Amino acid sequence: MDAGGERMTTLAFLGEFGDAIDYIFHARESRAGGSQVGGKELLPLIWTHLEITLIAMAIAIAVALPIGLALGHTGRGAFATISVSNTGRAIPSVALIAFFIAFFPQTPEFWNVTVALALLAIPPILTNAYVGVQQVSRDAVDAARGMGMSGIQVVRRVEFPLALPLIFGGIRTSTVNVIATATIAPLVGVLTLGDPIISGTVHGRAGQIGASIVVAVMAITAELLLAAAQRAITPAGLKLERDPSSVSPLKRRIQTAP
Amino acid sequence: MKRPLILILALMCLFVVACGDDDDDAAGTPTPASTSDSGAGKITKNPDNAKVQLTIGSKNFTEQKVLGEIYAQGLEAAGYSISKDLNLGDENTALAAVKSGEISAYPEYTGTALLSFFGKQADQLPKDPQAAYEEAKKGFEGEGLTAFPPTPFTSSNEVAVTSETADKLGLKNISDLEGKSQDLVLYGSPECRQRLDCLLGLQQVYGLKFKKFVPVAIERRHEVLTSGRADVSIVFTTDPQIQREKEVLLEDDKGMFPPYNSTLVMKQETADQAGPDLAKTIDLIQEQLTDENMQELNARVDLDKKDPAEVAKEYLTETGLISG
Amino acid sequence: MTALLAQLEIHNRSADNSCVADNGICPGWIADNFDRYLTPLWQHVFLTVVSVAIGFVIAFALALIAHRRRWLINPIVQVTGVLYTLPSVAVFFLLLPITGRGDTTAIIALVAYSLLILFRNFMAGFENVPFETRDAGRGMGLTQRQLLWRVELPLALPEIMAGLRIALTTTVGLASLAFLAGAGGLGEALFDQIAFRSNVLVAGGLALLLAVVLDLLVLGIQKAITPWTRAVSA
Repeated sequence: MDAGGERMTTLAFLGEFGDAIDYIFHARESRAGGSQVGGKELLPLIWTHLEITLIAMAIAIAVALPIGLALGHTGRGAFATISVSNTGRAIPSVALIAFFIAFFPQTPEFWNVTVALALLAIPPILTNAYVGVQQVSRDAVDAARGMGMSGIQVVRRVEFPLALPLIFGGIRTSTVNVIATATIAPLVGVLTLGDPIISGTVHGRAGQIGASIVVAVMAITAELLLAAAQRAITPAGLKLERDPSSVSPLKRRIQTAP
Repeated sequence: MKRPLILILALMCLFVVACGDDDDDAAGTPTPASTSDSGAGKITKNPDNAKVQLTIGSKNFTEQKVLGEIYAQGLEAAGYSISKDLNLGDENTALAAVKSGEISAYPEYTGTALLSFFGKQADQLPKDPQAAYEEAKKGFEGEGLTAFPPTPFTSSNEVAVTSETADKLGLKNISDLEGKSQDLVLYGSPECRQRLDCLLGLQQVYGLKFKKFVPVAIERRHEVLTSGRADVSIVFTTDPQIQREKEVLLEDDKGMFPPYNSTLVMKQETADQAGPDLAKTIDLIQEQLTDENMQELNARVDLDKKDPAEVAKEYLTETGLISG
Repeated sequence: MTALLAQLEIHNRSADNSCVADNGICPGWIADNFDRYLTPLWQHVFLTVVSVAIGFVIAFALALIAHRRRWLINPIVQVTGVLYTLPSVAVFFLLLPITGRGDTTAIIALVAYSLLILFRNFMAGFENVPFETRDAGRGMGLTQRQLLWRVELPLALPEIMAGLRIALTTTVGLASLAFLAGAGGLGEALFDQIAFRSNVLVAGGLALLLAVVLDLLVLGIQKAITPWTRAVSA
């Protein structure tokens, strides 16, 4: 932050945008000198950020998807699922991270943060998997059973593919949330892209803006990649029947962002 | 639907009521070991001061919050209209706040000012606390700020390792880390990276390179050592004794750390308009801020987990500055 | 001179194995220190309620405009959607030099985030009104305005209320970071002693409790003013 502490006019703010772009691509000296920031110094931060996101999402999907599919298939546990979803939204991400730091002091902070984020990523995936399976037309399920498929086969071959749009919707929501929440990890010692944003006195204003841009780009890229993955996984027959991207963006429920 | 709601609200009310009485100290009623009964200790309320509005700020760790509270409550007892804006952030944030007028004053350390604000190099640092204060004061004057006389206590940064690490690697001085530091992880505050009395100084003055530097909240500086996360940590000389018992403090053989007495920094105009009571009251408040007392105050917040405001009040009453 | 200086009583802590010294969950400490959480709690409530209220008004206005000019929906959604990819930490810090430390900065950021949720749910609510109902209303001779207020809005209420609940719980979470902008809140209490278990539980627990209470409040209001949905299980 400027040492003068003056209030910025909006025009001056726009001028810093160019400086921020420069920060992203070229390393420069930190505001008080002594260390390099920006440019290639961002790479370890980006990598840690990605690591946390990928591992947290992997854990969340591995836990939430099977449970959501199973519950949706049997139709049981509606109340539990809704409760988990509501509570999950109500817990501030900061509080959950602090909980793990305080109660598991022997665990490396990286894992405290990642597990906390994984827990926060579970509710959207769980809810959407459950609802997605529930919404599959009963006719399709009956037809599958009539063909002699076992329960698991019904899930795998009928309910899961038909629930894919909603499931992916949940995964996309969670991923964007995790990418955004990982920015507060530096508050507990895990250096992600949040560091330039929070430690403005070290990285400068350009760093704050630059890192924010990189995070936003990461989130958008994740969305696009997941959309592409969704198209890749959806069986051709279903793609013809219903184009998932035609689902109005309004229908996608927005969950938390940190 | 409504019943759980009422239950929750009732529970919250219970909590509010239950906390009404909080006067049971773990150590019983404190009595000062020796009172200054010359009567010069008491701060007297001067109604003229009420027209002076002061906002006291502080940086973001325990000692700063306690100091901020002490100044705020002490000056309030002298009749000033006080508001508080504590926990601002690191030294750059606090300086910006006082320059912009967001706060009227905050306690800064002479050493920090010399290194972080006025660009002194390690070999230019005065060793004498009074000389350090004079230089810092000169520097502040250049920015339109005035620095009040320093406190008796000095709160220096120190490099600490666990006793096991010290034994294992044979560490007594900071320069003993040479050749070994590249395998060690250092924990410090976020601004430590660019401070000459922190990581930057260790790199430049001692030529040390660490395996990794992890920025954490200052209040965790001891916990990270005892939990094994950190090999090396930056601690303060005013930290409670009991926290330092399992640690070894490495000697600053190359003289990297300057004196760190606390001095209240304020805009010159604000000080001029505040009347003669201001300097007098600040002197009274600071007189008893010795190393031992500061250590005890820090311990009450960090170890007993008391509220800094409460601890500040205890300081002011136990030293007879205000009537308790 | 030293002899005249008052000495604080140095408490003997070497034998201290109390709950606090062991970093445990200490009901005694919590009861004694609960009043320290009241100001942060109040700040948190203030930030949340004010931000969502302002967001609600703005979202409502935008929804009314977009309802008439449907071509506006997509641009508004896209613009507000871009903000969503920015982490809230970033918005707090980016606003700081412009609007200064304090409540204002935090509220601006929180309003922006709740705006997205509320606007989308307003529009989703309108979309849910069956065409036949609208048609019937027009057939009964209702004007555009009467149609909106007497038919569309009441039928859109479930979605709107759902959006309000999501906005409130999300904002409670976001407001936990408001201390970075100098606005206090339970996040400040949390970070003050982040390694102390009792503190984390109380500060985090209060935030969770606040979110749950607000959520249930709105749910209760929703059930009260939309009696026709009571027959349908939630």
